[in-house]
Amino acid sequence: MAYIHLNEELIKRAREAARNIAIDTQKFIDVHSTVAIERTIARLYGIDGVDENGVPLPNRIVDHIKENGALEDGLTYYLVNAVLETNLSTQEIAEEVAKGNLNIVKLNKHSIEEIQRKAYELAYPMVERIKSNRKKREDMISKIGEGDKPYLYVIVATGNIYEDVVQAQSAAKQGADIIAVIRTTGQSLLDYVPYGATTEGFGGTYATQENFRIMRKALDEVSYEVGRYIRLCNYCSGLCMPEIAAMGAMERLDVMLNDALYGILFRDINMQRTIVDQFFSRVINGFAGVIINTGEDNYLTTADAVEAAHTVLASQFINEQFAKMAGIPEEQMGLGHAFEMNPDLKDGFLLELAQAQMARQIFPKAPLKYMPPTKFMTGNIFKGHIQDALFNVVSIWTHQGIQLLGMLTEAIHTPFISDRALSIENARYIFNNMKSIGDEIEFKRGGIVERRANEVLSKATMLLEEIEREGLFTTLEKGIFADIKRSRYAGKGLDGVFTKGENYINAFIPLMLGGVDNE
Amino acid sequence: MSSGLYSMEKKDFDKTFDKTRVKAYGDTMNDGKVQLSFTLPLPYSDEAKEAARQLALKMGIEEPNVTYMMDLGVGYTFFVVYGSCIHSVDATKIVVPKVETNTMSMDEVDEYIRKNIGRKVVVVGACTGTDAHTVGIDAIMNMKGYAGHYGLERYQMIDAYNLGSQVPNEVLVAKAIEVNADAILVSQVVTQKNVHIPNMTELVEIVEAEGIRDRVILVAGGPRISHELAKELGYDAGFGAGSFAEDVASFIVQEMVARGIK
Repeated sequence: MAYIHLNEELIKRAREAARNIAIDTQKFIDVHSTVAIERTIARLYGIDGVDENGVPLPNRIVDHIKENGALEDGLTYYLVNAVLETNLSTQEIAEEVAKGNLNIVKLNKHSIEEIQRKAYELAYPMVERIKSNRKKREDMISKIGEGDKPYLYVIVATGNIYEDVVQAQSAAKQGADIIAVIRTTGQSLLDYVPYGATTEGFGGTYATQENFRIMRKALDEVSYEVGRYIRLCNYCSGLCMPEIAAMGAMERLDVMLNDALYGILFRDINMQRTIVDQFFSRVINGFAGVIINTGEDNYLTTADAVEAAHTVLASQFINEQFAKMAGIPEEQMGLGHAFEMNPDLKDGFLLELAQAQMARQIFPKAPLKYMPPTKFMTGNIFKGHIQDALFNVVSIWTHQGIQLLGMLTEAIHTPFISDRALSIENARYIFNNMKSIGDEIEFKRGGIVERRANEVLSKATMLLEEIEREGLFTTLEKGIFADIKRSRYAGKGLDGVFTKGENYINAFIPLMLGGVDNE
Repeated sequence: MSSGLYSMEKKDFDKTFDKTRVKAYGDTMNDGKVQLSFTLPLPYSDEAKEAARQLALKMGIEEPNVTYMMDLGVGYTFFVVYGSCIHSVDATKIVVPKVETNTMSMDEVDEYIRKNIGRKVVVVGACTGTDAHTVGIDAIMNMKGYAGHYGLERYQMIDAYNLGSQVPNEVLVAKAIEVNADAILVSQVVTQKNVHIPNMTELVEIVEAEGIRDRVILVAGGPRISHELAKELGYDAGFGAGSFAEDVASFIVQEMVARGIK
């Protein structure tokens, strides 16, 4: 495998700083919860469906507790107490609450010990279901196999889940390994998850549990047909981060976009909200065997890819440590980065190579997610196809884990069926034709690549040590990532954050944290 | 499938350039050569290839040559077709509405403002509606700009407020009123299913309802936005792909002077 000499001392310092940042932030996480987390718990206890106005029942029951001024106790306490008191199922309780027939906050209270015991007892079936989904995935992979890394990752985004199925099955037949169903524009800012199969969306398709189920079924079919397990990816970000994680775990999604900082920076979601939400979402993803993809590539769409390269590395270190806190093994950490330098740059290819190789060596087990050029794609499809080819060369050279395929029509439209076919053809050609280039060619000592990688590493280390001194929230307020400044008291979803009260229970964290080997 | 290196086709057409009858150009004047590619929802087969050829004929492509076809699975086939397009256009009669201002450099814009307006020009901008793509508004407004063209934040004589993405039209207008903006910039990147049209129209309606239409310059931008479309929707100008901050700034300041806004 290709190798560049990196300053190991700096890597150690950077990782240590990131670890301290995560530990410091975890103190905040541990004493807080959010409405999204409580809705997730409702879903994990089997509450689903919508009321007569189309409002999801998980929202109704959490709002009910909030309206009764009791949110700090969390959903579990009142829901489980209601089960003990009424002998109704969790779903029946949610329905009765939605109809206005039941006030679960005002019921007689059982002892906290009894509620806790019952909370765990009721949690087991879902924990088992998610565990068996994980096993099903592993069984399918060992039985029918999977594609070689880098996995070819393509996007479908028609807005109509049934049309997405056609596109996804076609892409799988052409060689794609991961199908991501892009969400409709703006879904990340909804404080609820829509319900049922959907056929209308803009620039993407609603993430709903039913849509997950439809696509999972279609991909299982095509997996057997092509003799490769085809992974399904969706977007575990925005105001419903943990809910989407839970729905994905229930429907056996395999990959989730799941960044600790993305929503704060790019969707102006309040930082307290996102930081608390990301933890529980990652606990679920970790347990479900889902590969998370982090969103560092986005930094380079707003900031310059050469100047901001170290912020990508710093964020990778932070995402790694947050993921560790949530029990995600390295093999499930699809840390992100991107091929986004200006193509006019002299030796730009070498700088891209340096960045990719450096990430590979610093995170050796992580299935790094490599994002294609987008910022400098122009509508000149012919040049664009070549830009994508260079991107593919870097990827096979440096053994990236997940290759989000570039489309020659980037900057024109969401991909046509043929755009996807051409990009898969491009990647397969290069991945095969240049298969062992990284093993054959050694980087020159003290050359451009080595110098560049160490320069980026050294800047990233300094940045991480600065964040360690200042704290993550202050850093975000100063606009160090992606040139974007965010206040800890502004942004969307802040009113959904609360401090846990003394009756607060979340049985799923201890049951899921640390993966399936936890028991 | 291709015919090799040397074209054996007859070229017995008039090879004189005629601006009233301009045809596509391959390697000989008026040869009409075009390339196209498309997918048909038909299984990979000779019949599908013939269907592609016939479709090209209907598009006005003479002697269509299906040079490549690819099986896309699921019963669909992708085609690459070359041929000669029979159509021509009269290039002497073409009128394209354009933003009619001289583009000045950043320093010239600052100087122009000092001389002709005598105070800082206030600009607010956002990517409105559900659109989450800030790349356009950032390219125009952010300090760093794009491709070496500094954004409005760097202009000494411009106060620029970039509200980011997914900004409701009401919020944008409220901000414009709050800071007494001279110009409002709206970026729209996602244009699938024409989602930008009602959104852009709504902004104009709000600006008019607030009674500030006369004193603000409304500018739209985005890769699929043309000046013509923007004018049609009630904007003062539209800037498409390849526009930079100085194009937008030059338009705003000259339009202010033309309208007597001080």
